Amino acid sequence: MLHKKDKKMEVSAIENGTVIDHIPAKVLFKVIAILGLDHIDKPITFGTNLDSKKLGKKAIIKLSETFFIDKDINKIALVAPQAKLNIIKDYTVVEKKVVEVPDEIIGIAKCVNPKCITNNEKIVTKFQVISKREVQLRCHYCEKITNQENIVII
Amino acid sequence: MKNKSLVSITDYSKNEYLKIISIADEFEKQSVQPIMQGKVVANLFFEPSTRTRLSFESAVNRLGGRVIGFSDTLSSSVTKGETLYDTIKIVSSYCDLIVMRHPLEGSARFASELTTVPLINAGDGANQHPTQTLLDLYSIYKTQGTLENLTVFIVGDLKYGRTVHSLLMALSQFKTTFHFISPDELKMPDEYKFYLHRLGLDYYERKELASGVEKADIIYMTRVQKERFSDPIEYEKTKNAYVLRNKMLAGTKDNLKVLHPLPRVSEIEQDVDLNPKAYYFEQARNGVYVRQAIISAILGLK
Repeated sequence: MLHKKDKKMEVSAIENGTVIDHIPAKVLFKVIAILGLDHIDKPITFGTNLDSKKLGKKAIIKLSETFFIDKDINKIALVAPQAKLNIIKDYTVVEKKVVEVPDEIIGIAKCVNPKCITNNEKIVTKFQVISKREVQLRCHYCEKITNQENIVII
Repeated sequence: MKNKSLVSITDYSKNEYLKIISIADEFEKQSVQPIMQGKVVANLFFEPSTRTRLSFESAVNRLGGRVIGFSDTLSSSVTKGETLYDTIKIVSSYCDLIVMRHPLEGSARFASELTTVPLINAGDGANQHPTQTLLDLYSIYKTQGTLENLTVFIVGDLKYGRTVHSLLMALSQFKTTFHFISPDELKMPDEYKFYLHRLGLDYYERKELASGVEKADIIYMTRVQKERFSDPIEYEKTKNAYVLRNKMLAGTKDNLKVLHPLPRVSEIEQDVDLNPKAYYFEQARNGVYVRQAIISAILGLK
């Protein structure tokens, strides 16, 4: 029989790497796609539909021997603005980070405007972030604004 | 400005607007100036627009340049399924300047980043039509002698009208006081009002055109289109409220001019045409001088 404390350990600890916590459960697969985790050959553990006071159901990703530069990790801020990173060295958290919406978004989101050239020809989308709190993206091409609730991840 | 594409009105600065205006003024005095000899302009019209296209062609002809291109997609390789990417890549090796009209928004920015030659946006869907805005600025400058501190009434469809938004962005550099007159459904979007607010410019909003125009230096009329209304009954009720009639110009300022990007449908009664304050036909003629100015500035000829 496991002790109660041990039972709570739903995902095992890692020696060196990155833990991404506080991901809303429903965007886990978007986060995986944005970070390209399906192309990483290091051990990765996913946990999802875990209880969270803040998010209801959350997901967590533990990546062994994998570290991100801010520019890359900030891309997930569009879908998981409350995500937190723990950088692990030798089983110890050596750094905690929060994600921040970058000033420019390239190739992650779709423009909300059906008449935008990016929705009609093969073009990598590009947006200027004009508001970070309630995310608003201005399309570099058609200049229309995509609001948080309309953001569709490609 | 040499080699600088013109996609959005905000691509150019206040000084660049003024430079275009001063060159346009030269062309108005002496329109035929064959300074473009040996230069080729590609006019790529992916949707028909007779007036804009002819005005560009006329401008190039008066400058002594040559025009190649197409006036709709039926006569181009687009019907064979060629992408805009390929068309632009190819055409930019055939010419010194591209003038492009396209139904999709953002197409002009995309094309301008692909070409090796400069590009002028002659309209990309409902997004931008900067040469229209520059000719509006020129018309205002010519009739008022200045662009600074004017009171401008903009009437009609302020929500979807791209000419209106571009004109607002350009005029806001000149301390303009705006009056917006439109039905509720077609009000000026908040983002533009916030923009004016941040610049510290005054604006007023009203639903009535019938009275209160005596402060105006410029009345800029636009079409109120039926298809913009969610409720057709609402359209029938409101359409007559945004029609300018000659008798409404009584008591207005002497320097007042009425502008309209054309084509007009019924929003300006024909009896206004005979009033010396009507300026929309001259405004259209200014389009050629302004386009001569833009082309020669971008090609570094002026």
